[in-house]
Amino acid sequence: MTAKISYDDVEVGTELPARTFGVTRATLVQYAGASGDFNPIHWNEKFAKEVGLPDVIAHGMFTMAEAVRVVTDWTGDPGAVVEYGVRFTKPVVVPNDDQGATIEVSGKVAAKLDDNTVRVDLVAMSAGQKVLGMSRAVVRLA
Amino acid sequence: MALDQSFVGRSYPPTEPYEVGREKIREFAEAVGDANPAYTDPEAAKALGHPDVIAPPTFVFTITFKAAGQVAQDPQLGLDYSRVVHGDQKFVYRRPVRAGDRLTVTSTIEAIKSLAGNDILDIRGEVHDEAGEHVVTAWTKLVSRAAEGA
Repeated sequence: MTAKISYDDVEVGTELPARTFGVTRATLVQYAGASGDFNPIHWNEKFAKEVGLPDVIAHGMFTMAEAVRVVTDWTGDPGAVVEYGVRFTKPVVVPNDDQGATIEVSGKVAAKLDDNTVRVDLVAMSAGQKVLGMSRAVVRLA
Repeated sequence: MALDQSFVGRSYPPTEPYEVGREKIREFAEAVGDANPAYTDPEAAKALGHPDVIAPPTFVFTITFKAAGQVAQDPQLGLDYSRVVHGDQKFVYRRPVRAGDRLTVTSTIEAIKSLAGNDILDIRGEVHDEAGEHVVTAWTKLVSRAAEGA
């Protein structure tokens, strides 16, 4: 496992390059197929509204997958992630148009830990709301 | 009605082995729009020290989710699965999942809580490879929302 970033080069507060990820209805269909999660709240507007949602929403696990890309793009080696957890606080609502929704993710080093690992705290926003809470990854650096 | 606390600590039999394929990893990486070559190019993965292509960190949920579903849909437990939402998710990795892995999941109910009529279930899934080595542990919090007017 070979992260591109050296433990000695980062300090608490080091910011990771922020990213914006798009998600459309087509993305959700593709993710449903790849993940095996075919819950209709992720593709059927009528069903989503019947269960009290404003519209079709993205899979929480899709948002979780996008958020950690800020970490894996930074380290180069996705295998350097040793721990990753999130709380699903708000859904990402995905309208039925060409634009869809966007998920903005930023991250910074919150703590330097033992064994060349650091904790990165992530913030994921969509439509001005925080969609993940307690979003943290521990990653082993070079 | 609150769920039976006696289910806390209960473990379920390991799932049948799931064989992780290169094409399945590729499909998942494309679905999340991630072009990291470690997911698709064995040489790129080897350059990082892996024996074969590895899966994105959240890929393993596709396996642990099914295992957690078996627990949540245990008729004896009596959780209203139609009202379940995903509350929290956490993974602790011993190593990344990679192509060729044959993975089994052993699920255990870690906690049962009832808050404002919501049933909250914490399930731990221990993922092992064919050699019996631990690969990753997944903690899944499922919340069965209270029915309106209940």
